[in-house]
Amino acid sequence: MTDPVITPEIVASHGLKPDEWERLLGIIGREPTFTELGIFSAMWNEHCSYKSSKKWLRTLPTTGPQVICGPGENAGVVDIGDGQAVIFKMESHNHPSYIEPYQGAATGVGGILRDVFTMGARPIAAMNALSFGEPSHPKTKQLVKGVVEGVGGYGNAFGVPTVGGEVRFHRSYNGNCLVNAFAAGLADADKIFYSVASGVGMPVVYLGAKTGRDGVGGATMASAEFDETIEEKRPTVQVGDPFTEKRLLEACLELMASGAVISIQDMGAAGLTCSAVEMGDKGGLGIKLQLDQVPQREANMTAYEMMLSESQERMLMVLKPELEDVARAIFVKWDLDFAIVGETIAEDRFLIMHGNEIKADLPLSKLSSSAPEYDRPWVESPRPEPLPPLPRIGALEALRSLLSSPSYAQKAWVYEQYDAQVLADTIRKPGLGAGVVRVHGTKKALAFTSDVTPRYVKANPFEGGKQAVAEAYRNLTAVGALPLATTDNLNFGNPEKPEIMGQLVGALKGIGAACIALDMPIVSGNVSLYNETDGKGILPTPTIGAVGLLADAATLIGGLPQTGDRAVVIGRTLGHLGQSALLAEAFGIEAGDPPPVDLVAEKRNGDFIRAHGAAFHACTDLSDGGLGLAAFEMAEGAGLGLTLVMADVATLFGEDQARYLVSVAPDALPALKAAAEAAGVALADVGSFGGDSVTLGDETAALAELSALYRGAFAQAVA
Amino acid sequence: MKAAVVTFPGSNCDRDLATAFEKMGFQVTRVWHKDSALPEGTDVVGLPGGFSFGDYLRCGAIAAQSPIAAAVQAHAARGGYVLGICNGFQVLTEMRLLPGALMRNAGLKFLCKTVTLKVATQDSPFTNAIPKGAEIQIPIAHHDGNYTIDAEGLKALQDQDRIAFTYAQNPNGATADIAGVLSANRRVLGMMPHPERVIEPEQGGTDGRGLFASLISGMALA
Repeated sequence: MTDPVITPEIVASHGLKPDEWERLLGIIGREPTFTELGIFSAMWNEHCSYKSSKKWLRTLPTTGPQVICGPGENAGVVDIGDGQAVIFKMESHNHPSYIEPYQGAATGVGGILRDVFTMGARPIAAMNALSFGEPSHPKTKQLVKGVVEGVGGYGNAFGVPTVGGEVRFHRSYNGNCLVNAFAAGLADADKIFYSVASGVGMPVVYLGAKTGRDGVGGATMASAEFDETIEEKRPTVQVGDPFTEKRLLEACLELMASGAVISIQDMGAAGLTCSAVEMGDKGGLGIKLQLDQVPQREANMTAYEMMLSESQERMLMVLKPELEDVARAIFVKWDLDFAIVGETIAEDRFLIMHGNEIKADLPLSKLSSSAPEYDRPWVESPRPEPLPPLPRIGALEALRSLLSSPSYAQKAWVYEQYDAQVLADTIRKPGLGAGVVRVHGTKKALAFTSDVTPRYVKANPFEGGKQAVAEAYRNLTAVGALPLATTDNLNFGNPEKPEIMGQLVGALKGIGAACIALDMPIVSGNVSLYNETDGKGILPTPTIGAVGLLADAATLIGGLPQTGDRAVVIGRTLGHLGQSALLAEAFGIEAGDPPPVDLVAEKRNGDFIRAHGAAFHACTDLSDGGLGLAAFEMAEGAGLGLTLVMADVATLFGEDQARYLVSVAPDALPALKAAAEAAGVALADVGSFGGDSVTLGDETAALAELSALYRGAFAQAVA
Repeated sequence: MKAAVVTFPGSNCDRDLATAFEKMGFQVTRVWHKDSALPEGTDVVGLPGGFSFGDYLRCGAIAAQSPIAAAVQAHAARGGYVLGICNGFQVLTEMRLLPGALMRNAGLKFLCKTVTLKVATQDSPFTNAIPKGAEIQIPIAHHDGNYTIDAEGLKALQDQDRIAFTYAQNPNGATADIAGVLSANRRVLGMMPHPERVIEPEQGGTDGRGLFASLISGMALA
């Protein structure tokens, strides 16, 4: 088959801008072959090269005594003591999920699981942060159904418990939903596997599923805006096979234990190209591939297609040649493909052979190191509209407006479709804050959360960025865990627009500041730009995934409030309503400054909560929806009524930060008050749990009525 | 007491089941589906939950043709104990060691939640230590748990007191609320809920212990 002649149109369809094309010609000193053009396009797209964000990502804090490996590998590695490590990352699969929701979401889960077990870790927990358009938008129901089924379909079959996540709805996601998948795994700290190749003449081995034409050009697609032609892009979405992935997991872990693996990289975005270049580049080596050896699912595949295929469930490894037979036997046991497709070479070349033809011959080290990097112009985000005079609303009416919104209603419709307990170590299930799993065979446990409030980030990227980290810190703290480290999944619009770039820059500054103040370095992450449809960007959504450690699972704060318990707020309440959930849901008002985040208070109050966990029957952080919503959720989860002394809407539903709600036995309250005073922490006794009604100030409603609303609203809106 | 837990490709509750057996005092050996024999002296075979062979074709159908399946059949024919949970239950119906079939949930969705089970008979080695009529809280996690059997088959199960557990509130459309059934000799149990997930208090409950405790005391008597 003859390759197409390279024309300016073909170059443009590969997402290369004219100046990038000139740069390419300068590097290789000649016109590229068609395959070479494909390779450059894959390496230089936004998804793989981070060319718009790199300058700002470098400013993030990525080190600390707990960090074993920060960003740059497949996932971040963090010390959890006793020679063990937690390995985690979050990654988006937004565009594929909008085009084909089930497979897009499923392969998003598959990809992030592979990132984790590529490093030698057995996945022990997953989360999913989902953002959809308005429930009334014609595509929303189908997307919710498909994405949730896809997440469950893959994770459930693979056998990883999905222990947390988020689901929100906002019109800005109407044409561009967000699917952010998180996975964490467990490994011995001295048995982590990296992608750096070493040694000349070592076999490069292909493992896993066969290569097909699915996903060719997927990474380039993911780096472009959407328009009305998206239906034509359906074939660029990959198809997931969790059964193969499960076997690949078991085979890889067995292979790693055998000592045969020198380096390993999963084939994710831009498949064979990205994985081979990464291994060679990190090891200062060249790579030669003979494509005829690649296991192929379809006949007559071209070099271009094989190099750019994003077929799932594949791995590339460099193996110790003397252990090749051991390795092959393991893959035969699991009925997986195993093929030697090339070797490491001393020259700085990426040499691709197909038959007797040289299809590509490029300086390997230049492919990633010479990727363009932009210092894109940006502008400070404008101040949000000032808060208008607030319409009058009663406290219960305000609560009902939140309970009946699918963004704030109970999400059982979603999380009951995910297996939350496989591996039998889940000790806190989804539904109320962070999920917690035991570290198998130890007394330790790990807590997981994902958080961001996109309205805040839009209104003030810096404070919004800080808030996302602070909320993650609080959710981990509220279960008694010490926050350890963070992964960021940065979803923004088109970075070529200075106002969008300004959102990214502001949010990263805020995230960085909070990660430093709260000692939660960023150890991995993912950037998803061009989340726009027909020129309209999403709300800036930097999802923060975070992990915390309970040195002793017995210190988990995971209980329920008891009848007669006092409802106590830790942290200062001022009644900040700007950008609040209440204003958005009850009145459609998205105005005012978001609540400021005092990182010193966050730290102080968080330390206080962890120190006094034994005094609480239950604990939750206060975030959007404020005290009113959090107190209702806590009571409802225990089947109890609730009395809060105040009826003031700002006090009940304001979203002041650095706050927690705890339920405390009355006789434990005096000591807690004394401790709070000594620690300089604000404490307010605001009511009690018990009975079968919900009283806010002088208004009362039956718990059963509100509970029905809370439990039914999600399915009613989107199912 | 010796338990053998089988791993099929795609099994994902094999470790959980082995751990539960161990915590309840069994000596556990792990068995690979390509093995053709069970370990010497196996008392009970555990067929775990998961998605054996991806649940492609039909849940449990390919696993029922594995090399180890013949050994499990022979073990059951000799009067050995077999416990199949979730996908393991599906495998047991495909092996015809238990009657009926597991169809897609009536709601067509995967469902993971803790449900209330009624212990429908005490007359089995798996339930003899749990009072009849007792209600226990056990998690389910399945897409194809809708137990289906014809009227004649149902009558036989009822007449022979072979329904081990029923759902207090049917989550999946199962015939006669059936969550678990016994073989004619009462030594093979298949059930959709996961007792191995509720062994220790931190897991949110300990109602799974009764089944394993029954098995130990029952086997001690046998």
